[in-house]
Amino acid sequence: MLEIHNLQVSVEGKPILKGLDLSVQAGEVHAIMGPNGSGKSTLAHVLAGRDGYQVTAGEVRYRGADLLALAAEERAREGVFLAFQYPVEIPGVANVYFLKAAVNALRRHRGQPELDAIDFLALVRAKLKAMAMDESLLYRPVNAGFSGGEKKRNEILQLALLEPALALLDESDSGLDIDALKVVAAGINALRNPERAIVLVTHYQRLLDHVVPDYVHVLADGRIVRSGGRELAAELERSGYAAVAEAGA
Amino acid sequence: MTARPAGNVADYLTAFEDVRHELPGRRLGWLDTARAAAIGRFVQQGFPTLRDEDWKYTSLAALEAVRFDVRPARSGADLAARVAAWALPGSHLLVFVDGRYAPELSRPGRLPAGVELGSLAPQLAAGDETLAAQLAPYPPSSAVADLNLAFMADGAYLRLPPGARVKAPIHWLFVASEARLAVQPRNLVLAGAGSAAVIVEQHVAAADDSYFTNAVSDLVLDAGASLEHHKLQQESPHAFHLAGVNVAQAAGSRFVSGAYAFGGRLARTGIAVALQGEGASCTLDGLYVAGGRQHLDHHTRIEHRQPRCTSRELYKGVLGGAARAVFSGCVAVHPGAQESDARQANHNLLLSDAAEVDSKPQLDIRADDVQCSHGATVGQLDADQVFYLRTRGIAEAAARSLLTRAFALEIIDRVGVDVLQERLDQVLQAHLPRP
Repeated sequence: MLEIHNLQVSVEGKPILKGLDLSVQAGEVHAIMGPNGSGKSTLAHVLAGRDGYQVTAGEVRYRGADLLALAAEERAREGVFLAFQYPVEIPGVANVYFLKAAVNALRRHRGQPELDAIDFLALVRAKLKAMAMDESLLYRPVNAGFSGGEKKRNEILQLALLEPALALLDESDSGLDIDALKVVAAGINALRNPERAIVLVTHYQRLLDHVVPDYVHVLADGRIVRSGGRELAAELERSGYAAVAEAGA
Repeated sequence: MTARPAGNVADYLTAFEDVRHELPGRRLGWLDTARAAAIGRFVQQGFPTLRDEDWKYTSLAALEAVRFDVRPARSGADLAARVAAWALPGSHLLVFVDGRYAPELSRPGRLPAGVELGSLAPQLAAGDETLAAQLAPYPPSSAVADLNLAFMADGAYLRLPPGARVKAPIHWLFVASEARLAVQPRNLVLAGAGSAAVIVEQHVAAADDSYFTNAVSDLVLDAGASLEHHKLQQESPHAFHLAGVNVAQAAGSRFVSGAYAFGGRLARTGIAVALQGEGASCTLDGLYVAGGRQHLDHHTRIEHRQPRCTSRELYKGVLGGAARAVFSGCVAVHPGAQESDARQANHNLLLSDAAEVDSKPQLDIRADDVQCSHGATVGQLDADQVFYLRTRGIAEAAARSLLTRAFALEIIDRVGVDVLQERLDQVLQAHLPRP
């Protein structure tokens, strides 16, 4: 599904990713763990198509095609989804309007008829319930005035509505209390299936207690320095990034 | 007989002598004298120039260079279908074509007992001298107002007796149908104590002609009256539009102004509110949306003359292309106007590098126990917001439109009249400027 070869990325001339390799197949859940500044968020944003990153070498193939050649909105329509670490507030745009616009943009791309307000409301209400979200969040401006937990749940709500083939989750556990963490984790687990790949980018292991990955990768200084099974996360938690990165080097 | 076209300032004098004997109220000494004095002052002063502090950012040189007719030809074009589309559903409709009342297109509908709604021309002709203070104020407010006084022939007239409440909006629809015409509408509202009404003054064009609208509206609110005046400017992209709105508020009255500007090559609206009775309150909202080479200017002045008055002002602007906008808002608190409460803000969204805005909020405070604030911002669309929408499959152009509309909707959402709110959103979407 996703093949990254020797990806090198700079921001304002400063190299951040220094030859990253990663292979993700459909049905798999991968966790990319690393300390602050290791390049985790850069990887997530480059894959989503944010401006301001210079890809200086390497390639990213998604379902066999050159992902980096696509505009951000084209990637989304082709099934790539990024759950933001810091979801953006958009005052003046009702959340329900935004969610419907996003769902219908994808439906148009897939040649499906657009949902009208009534059908969309029925769909979103069912998903809201699963995310333990209050319906009033639909009628407030996108993420504006949402608590940290509400913002993260709103991201997972979008994930559930848009049903991407490849879900990238950037620090989806940060800022959550244990109850909210369980809701977010249940939302992610509900989307695990043989056709979908999920990449969790995270600093801490605690999300991985609830969303158990098939593979764990350690990112340090712009490269993946170790890969292993779920037990690697526990080792990181015990020994710290420095020791594990050194062992892999 | 044909009036000579008026091109430069002196031509307006010739045109005035030509039409003077046809103007309503010509037999009334006071009005004819006031008109003659007004054109005299206008010819002496001319149009304001960039040297006038109030016109520093708005040049009328292009307006002065065009020669306009002052007498409508009455082409008789059938506007019924167009008017039906412009009319706000359920409103009391008065239609003016090239500045003259068109009864065949109007449907004022049923009004509460004692409410007078109609054309101003018969009032001018009857020459009730009690109207002199409103129609021919002295000292005159400006050369542009003098030009209106000299030529004013018609407009809307509304008199609300004390306690009368008109529920449905009153829609004054001004249709420009003739190229090269200078039209000088004059509107007058006298709102009795405790009365209430909502007015929508809309300026539209039947074609993309060049013409000149110079409108003046006087609104007088007696104690406890409640009046809303929404001005929707959709003139032709080649038109010149100047408008003055003068508001006098007695104690405890409440006034809401909405100024929504989308059209015109060069358009300027000046709104002056005098809070002259204790506890009066006003809200001034505005939205200007310009693209291409449009120039849209708004000048407001709110005078807190008595204690415990409240004013709220929020103007927002969206500018694309090489458009230019001016916002100048002054809040003046007079000595003794204690416990005045004034807030003013102006926010602008620039969608292109060539667009430009001059924002000048001002406070002039001469009392010590007051709460006043003001602020102005000029910004661009937030790149993070655009990216966020794109990662959800929304195309970049659609994302930018969505965010631009959201910026402007803050003003439209404040409109309490549903049919007007819907109409404004439609007009906004049709006018969203390209970068």
